[in-house]
Amino acid sequence: MSKQKLVVIGNGMVGQKFLEQFAGKEQAASFQITTFCEEPRAAYDRVHLSEYFTGKTAEDLSLVPEGFFESTSIDIRLGDKAVAIDRKNKEVKSAKGDIISYDKLVLATGSYPFVPPIPGKDRPECLVYRTIEDLEAIKATATKSRVGVVVGGGLLGLEAAKALKDLGLETHVVEFAPRLMAVQIDEGGGKMLRTKIEELGVQVHTGKNTQEIVDGDECTLRMNFADGSHLDTDLILFSAGIRPQDELARQAELAMGERGGIVINNYCQTSDEDIFAVGECALWNNRIFGLVAPGYQMSQVAADAISGEFSSEFKGADMSTKLKLMGVDVASIGDAHGMTKGAQSYIYTDEHNQVYKKIVVSEDGKYLLGAVLVGEAEEYGTLLQMMLNNIELPEFPDALILPQRGGSAAPAMGVDKLPDTAQICSCNNVSKGDLCCAIQGGITELGDLKSATKAATSCGGCTALVGQVLNAELEKLGIEVKKDLCEHFPYSRQELYHLVRVEGIRSFEELIAKHGKGKGCDICKPTTASILASCWNEHIIEPALAGLQDTNDYFMANMQKDGTYSVVPRVPGGEITPDGLIAIGQIGKKYDLYTKITGGQRIDLFGAKVHELPLIWKELIDAGFESGHAYGKSMRTVKSCVGSTWCRYGVQDSVGMAILVEKRYRGIRSPHKLKLAVSGCTRECAEAQSKDVGVIATEKGWNLYLCGNGGMKPRHADLFASDLDDTTLIKYIDRFLMFYIKTADRLQRTSVWMDNLEGGLDYLRDVVINDSLGIGEELEAQMNHLVDTYQCEWKTTVEDPEKMKRFRHFVNSDETDSNVVFVKERGQIRPAREDEKRIDTVAV
Amino acid sequence: MNAKAELSWVPVCDLDDLLTNVGVCAKVSDRQVAIFKVAEGDSFNLYAIDNHDPFSNANVLSRGIVGDLKGHNVVASPIYKQHFCLETGKCLEDDIEIPVYKVRENAGKVEVFLGS
Repeated sequence: MSKQKLVVIGNGMVGQKFLEQFAGKEQAASFQITTFCEEPRAAYDRVHLSEYFTGKTAEDLSLVPEGFFESTSIDIRLGDKAVAIDRKNKEVKSAKGDIISYDKLVLATGSYPFVPPIPGKDRPECLVYRTIEDLEAIKATATKSRVGVVVGGGLLGLEAAKALKDLGLETHVVEFAPRLMAVQIDEGGGKMLRTKIEELGVQVHTGKNTQEIVDGDECTLRMNFADGSHLDTDLILFSAGIRPQDELARQAELAMGERGGIVINNYCQTSDEDIFAVGECALWNNRIFGLVAPGYQMSQVAADAISGEFSSEFKGADMSTKLKLMGVDVASIGDAHGMTKGAQSYIYTDEHNQVYKKIVVSEDGKYLLGAVLVGEAEEYGTLLQMMLNNIELPEFPDALILPQRGGSAAPAMGVDKLPDTAQICSCNNVSKGDLCCAIQGGITELGDLKSATKAATSCGGCTALVGQVLNAELEKLGIEVKKDLCEHFPYSRQELYHLVRVEGIRSFEELIAKHGKGKGCDICKPTTASILASCWNEHIIEPALAGLQDTNDYFMANMQKDGTYSVVPRVPGGEITPDGLIAIGQIGKKYDLYTKITGGQRIDLFGAKVHELPLIWKELIDAGFESGHAYGKSMRTVKSCVGSTWCRYGVQDSVGMAILVEKRYRGIRSPHKLKLAVSGCTRECAEAQSKDVGVIATEKGWNLYLCGNGGMKPRHADLFASDLDDTTLIKYIDRFLMFYIKTADRLQRTSVWMDNLEGGLDYLRDVVINDSLGIGEELEAQMNHLVDTYQCEWKTTVEDPEKMKRFRHFVNSDETDSNVVFVKERGQIRPAREDEKRIDTVAV
Repeated sequence: MNAKAELSWVPVCDLDDLLTNVGVCAKVSDRQVAIFKVAEGDSFNLYAIDNHDPFSNANVLSRGIVGDLKGHNVVASPIYKQHFCLETGKCLEDDIEIPVYKVRENAGKVEVFLGS
C-alpha cells in the first residue's frame, strides 16, 4: 500500500508542534510528510523573541529537536513558500515551482503584523516585529538611531519596547486606547503597569491616534497625532495587533470569517474536510486565538483527526495569561473586566510597592470569574485553577489577594480539590492526572517531575502549582520524602548547613553528638567537612578535620586507579608564563610524571606516589604556583579566551576578568564542583554557556549566564542578567554561589539545584538581583569571609612538619608500594595492566 | 626467622603515630596491613585489615574513610567506595572477604599478629 501524503504549510511554533504530535503517532508510519517553511530557518520560539537582543542566537531559539527531520523522514522545504492550493487535483504549488500532491493538508500559516494604513508607513525606518529577519532589520536600523517608537501598547508592543530599550534607544510606546494592554487588564492595572514601565525609562503616550508619518526635525521621522501633538523618532515599530495569514485559503475558496481567518470546526477541519487549519490563521466560533497554548491544542486535535482517530475536539481555550514585561509581572485571568452580569470586584492597590490586584467574583460571591495582577503575580496558578475548575471561593475571597502578614497564610485552595482533568501546564498541556500518574510511577523530586512530564518547562508559570501537586500526591501515597543525608543524620545537607552556621559548630564530633547518631560514614563525613569549610574555612587537614576527608582532599591530589595521584597547579584564567611552563615541565620530568592538558586550561601531572606529593609541591610553590583544588568539590577553574587584549573581535578583557574571578573564588568548597568561564565576545570561545557560571563580554559590560554544565547530562546555562558592570557582576556571582552553597543537596550541581527551586530562574533572579529574601548582604559578607581567609592548602602543608609526616605509603618503612608499576606509552608513563605486571615480575 | 616473625606480635609504630579515625598502612613481613584507631566513646579500638582493595587491585584501603553502617564498623574503599567490615573483612556490597589481622596496643606501641 502506498503511503498517504500529508502536506503541512507553515513551520512556525504551531506547525512544528503539529509535526511532533503527529510523528509521535503509530499511524505516522503510513504517511509521507512534506512541510513548507517560508522563512529560511525551521521553527523557533517567537514567544521569547526579544531574547535575541540579549544574547540568544537563532540556534538557541530553535524549537526543532536535534535530528528531528532526519529521524522522522519529514521533507522540510526551507525558504520555499506555498503559493497556491489546487483543491480539485489536491496539489500545492510552491514559489520555487514545485508541485506536491496531498491527501491531507494542514494550514499552519500563522499571522502577520497589522500595520495601520497611515500615510508614510512604508518608509524604510518603519518596521514590524515578528521574525528573526525583522529583528535583524531592527538591529541594523537601531545602529543609526537615537529614538525608537513602538506603535501599540499591547502585549507584543511592550515586548517590542523592551527590545528597543535593550538596543539602547530612547524608547516610546504610542497607544491608541486610553491605557496599556487594554484587552487583558483593567484601568487600575493599566495605570500601575504604566507607572512601572515609565520608571524603567520607557515613555508611554496613550490615547494617541497617529495621522501621518513625515520627515522629522530632530530625528529622521515625525509622527503627527490627531490631537495636534507630534513625536520625533528615528525608528517606528508597528505592533498594533495581528491578522490571520489566510491568503492561500482565500484563493482556494475555503470558508472565511468576515474579518478574515479560516473557519474551522471542532476537529480543526476547514470547509474542505481534507484541509485542516491550526493556530493563529484559524477561526473557531468566530474567534482567533493569538496565544501559543490554544494553537498547540488545535494541532493536537488536528493530529488526532488526521490519524483517523478523531479522538479529541477543540472547544475553545482559556485566554488567561501571565507574563513578565520588562521585568514586571502581569497576569490576566478570565473575565478581567468584570463584564459578566452581576459580577463584583475586590481590588487591592499598593502604590508604595507598585502592586495592583483585582479579583472578579460571581454575583452570589461563590465563584471566581476573573482576575488582574500587576507587579506581583504569584497567585496566578491558584486563581486560574479556581476559575477553570469552578472551585468554591473561601468565606472572605479578598484574602486571596491581600498580602500575608503576621503569619496569616492565604487560604490555600488545596490542589486536592482539582479534578484529574485540570490542566496544570497549558504550554505543554499537562493535566493534574498526568502529574499524578508520573508521581505514582515513582517520581519524588520536582526536577524529575518536570523532565518526565514537560510540565513547567516552557513559561514556568505553573511551577509552584506543580510543586503543590507533587507534595499533595506524595502525602496521599504515604510517601515521606526523606531528605536524610544518611543513617547518621535525620537532616538534609541544607539543614545541616543551617545547624552548623547557626550553632557555630566547628567539628564533626560536635555535630554528630548534638544532631546525629553513630560514628558517621563516607557520606556524612565529607559532607560535613565541606560544610565546615564553606562556613569557617579552616585548613582541611587539621587533625580534627583530616579523618572526614575523602582521600583526594586528605592528600590534596586526585587518586587514580592504581592508587597514585595526579597534581594540578592553579593557572588562573589559563594564563601562564613561559617560565611557568618550563618549571612545570622540569618538575614533571624530574618525577617522571605523565602530563596532560586539562579541559580547564591547566596541566595535570599523573603518577605521583604519596611520598612524592610534598616534594613536588615544594618545587611548584617555589616556582610561584599554588593549589588548583582539582581534588575538591570546590571551585575548579575559570576558563577564558584571549579577549580584547589580543583578539580582533574581543570587546572586553576576558582574561583579566577570568583571573579576577578565579582568584576571588579559589579554594571555595561547595556541594559539587564548580566550573566557570569568561568569553571576550559573543563568539564565546571560552564556552561559558556550558559552565555553572558563564560570563560573556558585551559592548556595554558583561552578560551573566548561570547553571550550565557539561558531563553526562550537558545543559546550557541560562541568561541571568545583561550588560553588568564589573562590581555588579561580582556581586551577583557572590550571592549566587553562596546561596547555592547554603541550600543545595550533596553532590547536586547548580543546574539540578535550580530546576528544583520552585520558581526556578525567576526565583533566583528575585533572590539575587531584587534581594527578595533580604539576605543579599549576608551572602556577600559570608563570601567575603571565605575570600579573606583563603590560604594555599599546599603552602601551609609543606611548612608544617606534622602534616608532612602523613605523606608516606608505610608508617613503618620508607619503601614504596611495589604494586605500583608503570610502563611507557607514547613516550610517557602509564599504569601497567595486570598482565604486564606479571611479565614484569617474571623478568625481574 | 621468617616463620618465627609470622607467629609473633610485630611492633609497627607508636600509638601516637595514629590519628583517631584515620588509617595508616604498615609493612609487616611482606604484607601491607591497614591499621585504624577508631574512637569508641571516650576510648578507642584498634583494627587491622589487608590494605589491598580487591575491586581495584590497588593497595589503598588504609586511605579510606572509617565509620559505621548498619551496626558494623567499616572502612570505605577510596577508589570505588565499597565498604569492608573492620572486624570480619566482609564486603557489605558483595560476596567477598579480605584478610583481617590481630592488632593491639602494647606499652605505647601498635603491634600486629599475622598468624591466625
